[in-house]
Amino acid sequence: MGTTVEVSTSNALDNDEILRYSRHLIMPEVGMEGQLKLKAAKVLCIGAGGLGSPLALYLAAAGVGTIGIVDFDVVDFTNLQRQIIHTTADVGRKKLDSAEDKLRAINPNVNVVRFDTRLSSANALDILAGFDIVIDGTDNFPTRYLVNDACVLTGKPNVYGSIFRFEGQVSVFATDAGPCYRCLYPEPPPPGLVPSCAEGGVLGILPGLVGVMQATEAIKLILGAGEPLVGRLLLVDSLAMKFRELKLRKNPDCPVCGTHRTINELIDYNEFCGIRGEEKTVDNQVSTISVEELKRRKDAGEDIFVLDVREPHEYQICNIQGYLIPLNDLPKRVHELDSSREIVAHCRSGVRSAKAVEFLRQSGFSKVRNLGGGILAWADKIDPSMPKY
Amino acid sequence: MKVLIPTPLRQYAEKKSTIEVSADTVGEALEQLTQAHPDLKKHLFNDAGQLRAFVNIYLNDEDVRYLEKDNTPVVSTDTLSIVPSIAGGIKE
Repeated sequence: MGTTVEVSTSNALDNDEILRYSRHLIMPEVGMEGQLKLKAAKVLCIGAGGLGSPLALYLAAAGVGTIGIVDFDVVDFTNLQRQIIHTTADVGRKKLDSAEDKLRAINPNVNVVRFDTRLSSANALDILAGFDIVIDGTDNFPTRYLVNDACVLTGKPNVYGSIFRFEGQVSVFATDAGPCYRCLYPEPPPPGLVPSCAEGGVLGILPGLVGVMQATEAIKLILGAGEPLVGRLLLVDSLAMKFRELKLRKNPDCPVCGTHRTINELIDYNEFCGIRGEEKTVDNQVSTISVEELKRRKDAGEDIFVLDVREPHEYQICNIQGYLIPLNDLPKRVHELDSSREIVAHCRSGVRSAKAVEFLRQSGFSKVRNLGGGILAWADKIDPSMPKY
Repeated sequence: MKVLIPTPLRQYAEKKSTIEVSADTVGEALEQLTQAHPDLKKHLFNDAGQLRAFVNIYLNDEDVRYLEKDNTPVVSTDTLSIVPSIAGGIKE
């Protein structure tokens, strides 16, 4: 646009800031005008995890004036492999506290705004209200659709990133002319159909790669520089180290951003994503055996067949000598099991084995139960020498 | 032509990342793919045989929804990509 911004004295950079941002100030694509835009910008990061860690660090370093963070989680040891804003000393602390410390340490000029909560339909519009740009670093479908719809309804760009194992997706949704996440994926997969990341794992550098691309897009949007990733989906394959770009179109029939909108306010996203927490709990209680009971009955010499439905590489980490059939192989290997015997199925935490129990019951196995809490509970309560993962 | 299988679906396609098919349309290519790898079928199509709402099929860089869908003609040098939604994150 080439227009100069009105710079109020309170907004101007002091000498320390000029020195700090000198490598920005001497390039024409940023310059003083761009740096002041960064200082005035308010960016909201949903989540301070794998994606949120690297992107918030870079936004702070770049001089984004206000960074909001929404997170209710606590740092644990399994986070440290990729959530680089948190250190070993932070394990057990709130991610919000840990992240705020690091951002202030990198750049004391940044105003960190904390939201110690889970983003929900009830609070999303209020939280978004104070920000110009939203960066989606969430790890689940209900929050992803919530962030998308809230951005469309409030007219704020949604800088999107998503990861699985060693592959990622990046785009910018919900700009005036561009498509939104629902244009790309009108509906989420039903729970259980797509393998979860706990089964799949994630290469630790991948959220770094994807998160920094999200930060790059946010900074470009603030500066008004370059070509934003609007109407384009970038696919990242970190193993092949290939980047592919696909065209995205605004779907005229999109329920939230199309011409005949049916979604005009935030909805119940757990329901939309088919997640019915209570039913699941009741169902699990009926067919669950505790680790203590399994131990006692095995010690008493009772005939119990332990079925391990994890993956072979998980079995190598730790096992309780169960018979290994990965959940996905169960349908074609079900003949290996004896329905007259009592079967206890387990996985890491009990989620996959609950699906195995449900499948086996539908296949005519009546004496099958789920080991509550999985091998993690076994490590906690029966064998403390067992590694947890 | 080449069909690119995304990571989450490779477990239903003998762990392959690329599968070669020979077809005249997108529909034929997908039909061949699911015949060779029947486990893929329920992940791509619903019970009515329609492409699932969380799976997109791209011919080169274009969504087939905005071409001629199943009837879109293909040539042997084209690449068909299956692009499912992924949620990221680590929680089970």
